[in-house]
Amino acid sequence: MIRFDSVSKTYAASRGASGHAALREASLEVAQGEVFGVIGASGAGKSTLIRLINGLELPTGGKVVVDGDDVAALDVAGLRALRRRVGMIFQHFNLLSSKTVEQNVAFPLKLAGWEPAQIKARTAELLARVGLTDHATKYPAQLSGGQKQRVGIARALATGPKILLCDEATSALDPETTEQILALISDLNRELGLTIVLITHEMDVVRRVCDRVAVLEAGRVVEEGPVEEVFLHPASGTARRFVGEAEEASEVALPAGVLVRLTFKGEATYKPVLGAVARETGVDYSILGGRIHKLRDAPYGQLTLALTGGDIEAAIARFEAAGVRVDRLEDAR
Amino acid sequence: MSLFANIDWSDIGFATLDTLTMLGGSMALTVILGLPLGVILFLTGKGQMLENRAAHTVLGLLVNILRSVPFVILLIVMIPLTVLLVGTSLGVAGAIPPLVVGAAPFYARLVETALREVDKGVVEASFALGGSRRQVVLGALLPEAMPGIIAGATVTAIALVSYTAMAGVVGAGGLGDLAIRFGYQRFQTDVMVVTVVVLLILVQVLQMVGDAVVRRVSHR
Repeated sequence: MIRFDSVSKTYAASRGASGHAALREASLEVAQGEVFGVIGASGAGKSTLIRLINGLELPTGGKVVVDGDDVAALDVAGLRALRRRVGMIFQHFNLLSSKTVEQNVAFPLKLAGWEPAQIKARTAELLARVGLTDHATKYPAQLSGGQKQRVGIARALATGPKILLCDEATSALDPETTEQILALISDLNRELGLTIVLITHEMDVVRRVCDRVAVLEAGRVVEEGPVEEVFLHPASGTARRFVGEAEEASEVALPAGVLVRLTFKGEATYKPVLGAVARETGVDYSILGGRIHKLRDAPYGQLTLALTGGDIEAAIARFEAAGVRVDRLEDAR
Repeated sequence: MSLFANIDWSDIGFATLDTLTMLGGSMALTVILGLPLGVILFLTGKGQMLENRAAHTVLGLLVNILRSVPFVILLIVMIPLTVLLVGTSLGVAGAIPPLVVGAAPFYARLVETALREVDKGVVEASFALGGSRRQVVLGALLPEAMPGIIAGATVTAIALVSYTAMAGVVGAGGLGDLAIRFGYQRFQTDVMVVTVVVLLILVQVLQMVGDAVVRRVSHR
């Protein structure tokens, strides 16, 4: 649905300052119907990346193909047509303060030249979908952040896009509202088969809604894969920092023994595997770190252990037999 | 001697009417010329939709030159052009060209400032929703800037009131003319006081109306 072929974006130099490379030969592919997350620190090139998809920015190298169109090759009319197939929501909502909720949702339809009667019907339908029918005649300033983002979503969906771009869409919202908006985004993905690209600096957002994720670091895609993989076994420094485990095993004095990280997924998460294995194999363990969470709807747990005594190899084999993934963290010492 | 011995109320009435005519005529033309000029100034600015350094610099220079000429001087310098445009440099008609030339650049700057205040994100969103430049300017940028554009019009109208009074110096008619000929040159202090009071009321009414309209269109 969306393909980046070694895309670069360099901003022109101004007043003696050298050009700034926001994106360096980034390649990635987003399949139809998936929720794709892009995570990175601020300045990593996330907002440039998402803006290349709907042509708000054009690449200085490489090719961006969206829904079959090479974005850079489109003329003005082609680009506007593409933008009607690609909705976008923003961190600060970017609603028109001079228009009512209803008029905001109707705006893209007016831009597309719809008939007033059609606009009215479509607007009502969209407001009902996001639960804002009662607020149709209010102005954005009268709404809460979550309500404003709902208006943003209704507006983005007005022209029936296939793709929805979320530019830090929940970063300005409180945790509870974030939850609601993410749930809405997930629902829309399922109901409408929308392909969703969201950029964020919150790993939590990725964990909750994304199928796949790309990690961006200084304009490069340093890691890409299923959320589960990146989240449980981050390979890059940036990904580790986002997952919050970078400091886990490296900054503390480590006890003697074999350092392992156990990853429990699904059913295994709740089984009392650890005690059973310890008893059977005579291996002792110290717990160095651990977490238990959900990835989308699947529970998972991770434990970092130092194993001592007994038959360590047998213990590891036992864990694996019980459906627990074991990673040796020898390099962490 | 009674308090308002020198006052001819019908003179005051006609002078007020002249002032209002000058104000209305020049204000209408100021908006017609100043608003597009302000929009072009904004759009040709750095990082904007129609960024064009040459056009922006030339227009900005023109606006600055016109704004830096004191209005009394502008009135006199403009006389040949005024005669060319309206056939006379006297009366209400003769006052309108210099009033517009004095006020339109001022208003254009206020419009430009109001447009700069508009959240860039809203403009970006309008493009992301499939808007053309024209649609974004007319459908998003101008409506969003409307409170500032109207507040700017209020400020300009009030400046025009004082300009019309100055225009009295070169025979434009109106309250300023009355104040100078009678109040000043004939030492009729009561005439001076009455004209000042009428001007004061006019300014006050303009400000109140302007503020009310701004409140109405502002939904921030």
